[in-house]
Amino acid sequence: MDALNSLLDGFGTALTPVNLLWAALGVLLGTAIGVLPGIGPAMAVALLLPVTYGLQPTGAFIMFAGIYYGAMFGGSTTSILLNTPGESAAVVAAMEGNPMAKAGRGAQALAAAAIGHFAGGMIGTTLLVALAPTVADLAVDIGAPDYFAIMVLAFIAVTSVLGSSRIRGLASLLIGLTLGLVGLDQMTGQQRLTFGSLHLADGIDVVIVAVGLFAIGEALWVAAHLRRTSGEAIPVGRPWLDGGDVKRTWKPWLRGPFIGFPFGAIPAGGAEIPTFLSYVTEKRLSKHRDEFGKGAIEGVAGPEAAASASAAGTLVSMLTLGLPTTAVAAVMLAAFQQYGIQPGPLLFEREPELVWGLIASLFVGMVLLLALNLPLAPLWAKLLRIPRPYLYAGILFFAAVGAYAVGGEAIDLVILLIIGLIGFGMRRYGLPVLPAVIGVILGPNAEQQLRRALQISDGSVTGLVNTPFSVTVYVIVALLLAWPLLRKPVAAAVRKRGQTPS
Amino acid sequence: MTKRTESTDVVADAADTERPSRRRWLREHSELGVSALLLVLGVLVLTDAITMDVDLTQRGPVGPRTVPIVVGAGLLVIAALLAVDVLRGGRGEAEAGEDVDLSEPADWRTVLLLAGVFLGAAVLIEPLGFPVAGALLFWGAAFALGSRRFDRDPLIAAVLSVVAYAVFNNLLGVPLPGGPLMGVL
Repeated sequence: MDALNSLLDGFGTALTPVNLLWAALGVLLGTAIGVLPGIGPAMAVALLLPVTYGLQPTGAFIMFAGIYYGAMFGGSTTSILLNTPGESAAVVAAMEGNPMAKAGRGAQALAAAAIGHFAGGMIGTTLLVALAPTVADLAVDIGAPDYFAIMVLAFIAVTSVLGSSRIRGLASLLIGLTLGLVGLDQMTGQQRLTFGSLHLADGIDVVIVAVGLFAIGEALWVAAHLRRTSGEAIPVGRPWLDGGDVKRTWKPWLRGPFIGFPFGAIPAGGAEIPTFLSYVTEKRLSKHRDEFGKGAIEGVAGPEAAASASAAGTLVSMLTLGLPTTAVAAVMLAAFQQYGIQPGPLLFEREPELVWGLIASLFVGMVLLLALNLPLAPLWAKLLRIPRPYLYAGILFFAAVGAYAVGGEAIDLVILLIIGLIGFGMRRYGLPVLPAVIGVILGPNAEQQLRRALQISDGSVTGLVNTPFSVTVYVIVALLLAWPLLRKPVAAAVRKRGQTPS
Repeated sequence: MTKRTESTDVVADAADTERPSRRRWLREHSELGVSALLLVLGVLVLTDAITMDVDLTQRGPVGPRTVPIVVGAGLLVIAALLAVDVLRGGRGEAEAGEDVDLSEPADWRTVLLLAGVFLGAAVLIEPLGFPVAGALLFWGAAFALGSRRFDRDPLIAAVLSVVAYAVFNNLLGVPLPGGPLMGVL
């Protein structure tokens, strides 16, 4: 039980007063961010990246993870009380939770969601403890060609699984890769896309790109279309459940995580798909199927548990392979790069204190979140009254702090604004932001791994596919690419079989 | 004479009906602008890669030019594919959000004001220091977004800015310029 010992050590790290403070701060910030409209966990972590300049990595990641989980909790509060999901993961919660709140059962909906998140987070994190060291062990021998293959997978998955248009996803990825090219070539020192500027020779910092695309782009986009009338939150009392509710919800709480966790670990869009799948499952299994759409508590409990568990699954891929499957994971990966730490199979060997402290702090954070959210939900809902001008002015303000902190140069603020305007244009024309961010974060690394792999093989392309691992990954990539072509015949074949029974 | 005026009238009429329809066509196909920008970006990346002089510095079979050439070529291909998609009627969906109301036309005035305020802060941060420039940024942005509480807004801006300065500069060890104000305090 190696993992168990490491986990106990992790608790030793997580329970020090300072790290407890960071965990508490993270879950508080996360809940607030989840409740607040217009600001998501990815933007929040991006805005907090400058703390990496002054903070120990362990404390910083404990806080970031708290934000990630906390935003899931908080997001469901807005969904239920206002019918406007704070996070994409909470869309499903609005479908049943809001009708419940309208029917005067808001307190029960909030309780079902909070306990669902708790169950999902606990089960998901337990699966993380069980699986992550094994994956890291299996992957410990992987070399340059394997790393390159994983990054290709990340690029392809993020452009073709997510979003409605592959062309627009690829356009976004290429914009990100281009931004990542700016500066000195890491292997030869050759200037690329610097146009003779000394400032650009240092490259464009990932913090500036992430903050520009997520924060400035979003604030400008909302400013252009600011809703002048915001909805009123349904007033609600303290969350509670009676025996009948618990009878209906305990199974969804336990089922949801097992749907959410695997989807979080693969690059398939984070919590959106598993929350929906969990919803459909609960609807099918429920004895109260007629209540669905009008406020069925199972439809809140299951999907919310799936959402939190998917966050744990995301951490498996990010910590063991360095593969970001969601926007938050991408920004956390940028934070790892700020510290000069390479997430991947060796992380568990080289930074055991950081990794296990982080994992243990997830359990701590879950308990804190349950304690914060069950009794305080009505208080959190008051955050919705914050005047929108302050909210978006605040986002611009902290974006400026973050960009300036990178190098202490005012010119960075101008670059930040330009990237923000790019982010604005991307939102206007339906170019997803995530591929661009992944392109900036992984692009330079992918290029290095590619060149390293080809150096070893002396330029032969076979050097990229000479390990079983890389071949497996490329097969997955090929399947992802071919999926639109395969989907129709497969669906037709399935239908045919269904039509001609016996 | 009369015939001539008539014909010019007809021409003018035709131009009148043509112009709005052309303008409407352009507005409906404004996404072609994205395609054009990608094209420009692709040409830029390719030119930069091709004019790069790599001789002795190049180590290994893949030099510093390879990836930029692939990215540049990719940009050109995507620009073309996007143009075809738009001409065939494909449209990128504008992003929705909780505070986003897409039924109204875009409010460009606010966006430009915000960009201007942000640029102003970038110019002022070094001479005036972060607390002052940050407060002006917050107040200016809140003003641009429609807040008109002249009693409350500057106060919130000042408190936020000074607190953020103290937290980042003193607590987190991220140096921010204090400016003349912090010199006095």
